Amino acid sequence: MTADRPPIASVARRILAALAIAAAPVLLTAPPAAASVDAQTVATDCQPDDSTACVAAMVLDEENERVADVDLTISGASGFSETITTTADAPASIAVPDVGRYTVTIDPATLPDDLPLPDGAPTELEVTAQSGATARAAFRVGAGAPAPSTPTATATQDAGEGGAPAVDDGEGVGAAPEGDASKRALTLAQVWQQFGSGIRFGLLLALASIGLNLIFGTTGLSNFAHGEQFALGAALGFIFINQVGMPLWLGALVTIAICGLTGLAQDAGIWRPLRRRNTPIMQLMIVTIGLSIALQYLIQLLIGGGSERILSSNPRPLTLAGVTLSTASWLSMVVAIVCIVGIAWFLTRTRIGRATRAVSDNPALAAATGIDPDKIVRVVWVMATSFAALAGLMWGISYGAFNWQLGVQLLLLMFAAVTLGGLGTAFGALVGSILIGLVVELSNLVIQSDLRYASALVILILVLLFRPQGILGRRERIG
Amino acid sequence: MDEFLRIITQTLAELIAPTTAAYAIAAIGLNLHFGYTGLLNMGQAGFMLLGAYGFGIATIAGAPFGLALLVAVVAGILFALILGLPTLQLRGDYLAIVTISAAEIIRWVGRSTWLQEWTGGASGLQGRDFKESFHLLSPLPDGRTAIGPLEYINTGSDSWWTRIFAWGLVALILVFVWLITRSPWGRVLKGIREDEDAVRALGKNVYSYKMQALVLGGAIGAVGGVVYALPLAIAPDAMGRTMTFFAWTVLLLGGAATVFGPVLGSMIFFAAYMLMRTGMRSLTANTGLGDVITTTNVEQIGGMLVGVTLMLLVIFRPQGILGNKKELAFNVR
Repeated sequence: MTADRPPIASVARRILAALAIAAAPVLLTAPPAAASVDAQTVATDCQPDDSTACVAAMVLDEENERVADVDLTISGASGFSETITTTADAPASIAVPDVGRYTVTIDPATLPDDLPLPDGAPTELEVTAQSGATARAAFRVGAGAPAPSTPTATATQDAGEGGAPAVDDGEGVGAAPEGDASKRALTLAQVWQQFGSGIRFGLLLALASIGLNLIFGTTGLSNFAHGEQFALGAALGFIFINQVGMPLWLGALVTIAICGLTGLAQDAGIWRPLRRRNTPIMQLMIVTIGLSIALQYLIQLLIGGGSERILSSNPRPLTLAGVTLSTASWLSMVVAIVCIVGIAWFLTRTRIGRATRAVSDNPALAAATGIDPDKIVRVVWVMATSFAALAGLMWGISYGAFNWQLGVQLLLLMFAAVTLGGLGTAFGALVGSILIGLVVELSNLVIQSDLRYASALVILILVLLFRPQGILGRRERIG
Repeated sequence: MDEFLRIITQTLAELIAPTTAAYAIAAIGLNLHFGYTGLLNMGQAGFMLLGAYGFGIATIAGAPFGLALLVAVVAGILFALILGLPTLQLRGDYLAIVTISAAEIIRWVGRSTWLQEWTGGASGLQGRDFKESFHLLSPLPDGRTAIGPLEYINTGSDSWWTRIFAWGLVALILVFVWLITRSPWGRVLKGIREDEDAVRALGKNVYSYKMQALVLGGAIGAVGGVVYALPLAIAPDAMGRTMTFFAWTVLLLGGAATVFGPVLGSMIFFAAYMLMRTGMRSLTANTGLGDVITTTNVEQIGGMLVGVTLMLLVIFRPQGILGNKKELAFNVR
């Protein structure tokens, strides 16, 4: 990893080049997005900010046109109940007093006669309101309207306008407490704010992807189950902190301990025996895919199909240097930085850390100098799963809500990050993650928020096209 | 006893279901990628979704059935070219990472509001908008036909015509793949799988052969997507990673690098999957088990079992049911 580290100047040049690549999709996709910004600036009654949660509701006909003058009742657990009437040009929205679940009920009597509610369609939808975001509920009416496939299907958070009966996927996961930036005008303050959230995203992503890269470095394995380890952290955090009611620090410790144990158990039960058998690496990769399917459904079994919150209290906003994030987010960033510095210290200054780098440089040579590669790999697995769990937990806390799909979505971004930084290099993962975090959050300003993760994956493809070894990677690894 | 018969009938029906045929076709494409050439395509669902969109959008725009099918195939070919260009010269897992990401991009773009006018956004394209040209092709008379315990209408979404067409395509593609893989061209592919450098030393352009395999398999995958959409609708969220992983399980179960492996794998996989789910559902409904797990849990437990099956299969019998351990694409590097 260190043997032929390039001089600083060349590293800087590479980072600039990567930034330029990173900016490309943003520029390319700008024109269509501008149109959507115009369409979305139509005022709604409630503007989410860091202390306000909004619930918006709309009624759509078969052509996805809004139907006006339909009465909808929004009610919550705390006895809150308000009736709003839809308009033809914007979703009707209302500020709700607390975060949490709200039920939106449609009054079928107020629907136009030619647009009845389809048979079997629910008259109630549940949404989860969060500070700084608009939870949307969409009813689809008209004879030929498709009935939603699942009861939760129609409630998405922070989805784009017509994302109407969307399956609970995608947007819900990344729903940033800052709201849908593409609705607002592009100002310098906005860019700065998104830059701040990009750094937050990048740091959390880095904490998880360093582990992914260490596993790749020491064993050559692209671990497709790493995203699930991340989601497992969030899911167990939800169970211990929200359901069981442990204090935050204790719940976090228990979560990390359990996830670290899964890493230890995996290495002892699956990966070491398979290495002993000299199983080809491609075969191992498909085993990780099987593991990721199994874990994904296990997480679904643990927390259900809806989106969940780890902390039920309302997040407190805190403005530092012009960037407003929740206090929990700032804390998570500090924890992430401390951990990353700790990992760097471990890798460069401790015996085991140096041995880890030796193994990832050349396992045979490392073994010849008296290092036990099996022991190193075991340490790496435990580290990787623990830090992924910590990152997932902090992600769940700082981004409000998450669902069982969190893992796979983040996995792809982690792959993008480590490829951009250089597969197998721990510090490359850090650089790549920050860049990916920035790109995802900044692209939010110019393209629709439901496409922002796609921008990161476009970068991945561009990197492979022009600099396959990544920013800090070495050529021989790409084969 | 009735309950038992119902479960058995549903399992039998799954053996010839159009979805089973669609997965068989997708797995045949994957077999060309992985089984014969050793390429790790983790985005077969992307090819399928793109094929389905190509077919659906072309039909809605007024294209006849044949042309729409051609559009689907071309969409698959273009997607393969775009993916192959940056990755085929790199190590295998880069292709895996890029294909899985690209398939997700296709799904996200499909379900986003950006192209909603054509793709129908998250709710997708409804069956009645694109099925008519297919149903008009049916030579079958109106009415219903029962063969044994299985009874379907002759022409329609879940019909005999859909089944005949789907399995007819499977047979055609099988013959095609059988012919090309025993040709000199097919032997070069197998050579690339076994030892890329040796093939290069013989003066073959490995990159170009890999690209041809990726394109062919991708086009077959796109046809699989059309077959998948014919009895259903085109819904982007139904055609995500899970679909790719199921196609992989189907291929590895039947046996990679064998002609009939994907078809056998698909039939066994879906019959077993259906047997397990209906069996568990019936158990939860009729016995005390229902107090412990709900019907939603049955789906989740089913999914977990698929994952575990894939792991065990790859570890203990990577050649699958029909495969030959000597002809194993896993041995590459």
